[in-house]
Amino acid sequence: MTEQALVPAADATEQAAQWLARRMIGPWTEADQAELDQWLGESLANEVAFVRMEAGWDRTERLSALRDPGFGSQRSAAPARPRYWGVRAAAALFLLSAAGIGWALLPSTSKPESFSTPVGGHKAITLTDGTQIELNTNTLIRTEFRSSRRQVALIKGEAYFQVRHDANRPFVVLAAGHRVIDLGTKFLVRNDAGQLRVSLIEGKAELQSASQDIQQHSVVLTPGDVAVASASSLNVARMPNKELHDELGWRRGVIVFSHTTLAQAAAEFNRYNETKIVIADEAARDRVIGATLPAHDVEAFADVAREIFGLKIQKRDGEIVITR
Amino acid sequence: MTTGPDTRRDGADARHRGASVGSSDVKQWFIREVLPLEAALMQFFQRNWRNQSDIYDLRQEVYLRVYRAAQDELPERPKQFVFATARNLLVDRVRHEQVVPIEAVADLEALEATSDAPWPDQVAEARDELRHLQAALDRLPPQARQVVVLARIEGLSRKEIADRMGIAETTVANYLARGIQTLVDIALGETPNTRRGS
Repeated sequence: MTEQALVPAADATEQAAQWLARRMIGPWTEADQAELDQWLGESLANEVAFVRMEAGWDRTERLSALRDPGFGSQRSAAPARPRYWGVRAAAALFLLSAAGIGWALLPSTSKPESFSTPVGGHKAITLTDGTQIELNTNTLIRTEFRSSRRQVALIKGEAYFQVRHDANRPFVVLAAGHRVIDLGTKFLVRNDAGQLRVSLIEGKAELQSASQDIQQHSVVLTPGDVAVASASSLNVARMPNKELHDELGWRRGVIVFSHTTLAQAAAEFNRYNETKIVIADEAARDRVIGATLPAHDVEAFADVAREIFGLKIQKRDGEIVITR
Repeated sequence: MTTGPDTRRDGADARHRGASVGSSDVKQWFIREVLPLEAALMQFFQRNWRNQSDIYDLRQEVYLRVYRAAQDELPERPKQFVFATARNLLVDRVRHEQVVPIEAVADLEALEATSDAPWPDQVAEARDELRHLQAALDRLPPQARQVVVLARIEGLSRKEIADRMGIAETTVANYLARGIQTLVDIALGETPNTRRGS
């Protein structure tokens, strides 16, 4: 007679830990989930063991989620946690930080927080899980970390995500009625008045649409994919590496134009500056430019228009008007 | 105790559960009210049961009984209910198995005091908690510890961990499972400051 047969509780406990481990490091498919569900349904002892193991692990998860190398840094816009500063050094020992206390009472790892940038702003945030988010100009996000999922709503603007992957705790970006689910990823998300654009730089992510009007509800993005989604459509195109890189120019403070019409370029520039560029001449709007310009240098843009295209520049209050 | 009949009964319970209480409610109640008592419960078993290798089994049996009861009706006084269940379980074991002299459970009456174990909720206790859990991590075998760190902190996949450590993927999963089990046992069952004034 084996020990397992005599000690069913220990067996269920051990198996519960094995299920958690499996789910955590993947690969985790629907078939795996079905197998787990079946195991859970086999006996109440299994279910109880799993509930306990999951909640217990969740507790250490919360503790580790507060591990926080990013919060002390200058570039971080995340709020400090002065009450716990004394243990921060110890927390660098990696796994477990303080303040997970009263865990049963805490509904989530952290309270929802908002981060924003003004027009022309650029901000880097390190979240408690190590995920880094860079906010581009005129952007607003809201983070909500729960024990089971990490969620960030991109309410407006553009943000670059470098997600610390955790199969056990998905990272989800909500924007314009769609969801981007991290599968181990670096990606760029732009929410431009309800038009969503997701550029996959590294790894993998899944884009899900909440809209019933779109036939294809979900698509898995791989590096080079650019998805554009609205309330009624979802399209994915492949983009060359260089263009992807160019799209991230703002992280270096520049805007990269290549085969861009002057009108598009002006619109892009206007995202970053309070002084708006107005192109008053129809023909000039369609002129195509290629240039790398500092995002905040409206004058440089005007110079390009004047020197390359021979256009006239008029400065008014809050505007630069380009005419022929 | 044989396990066959129990297992079948559990299966039936699982399929027909929720006669009175929703399964998600039971689960939340269990996590909220019962699991925080684990340290006190383990302490209770350690004091009142000679064979220490039984206590994990006893713990799960208490949880099973409590959980099953909660499916019919959530006990109003969880702490009292859990410790009454624990005591009854020990009494049952003593009577039916006759493996432990009755004196072993002689101080069962003193239990009510033990069961009064507040969950630490003060920030001041956070440092103890931190040290405690770090010590827990240190108690893992080196390889299991490394797997836990790579899986949790680095967020690496099974294959990435296997490649990095030069071990088989199944070994990775086994180490991680062992690490999870040990850390959960310690996090829930050995938390310091579970007794006021101790």
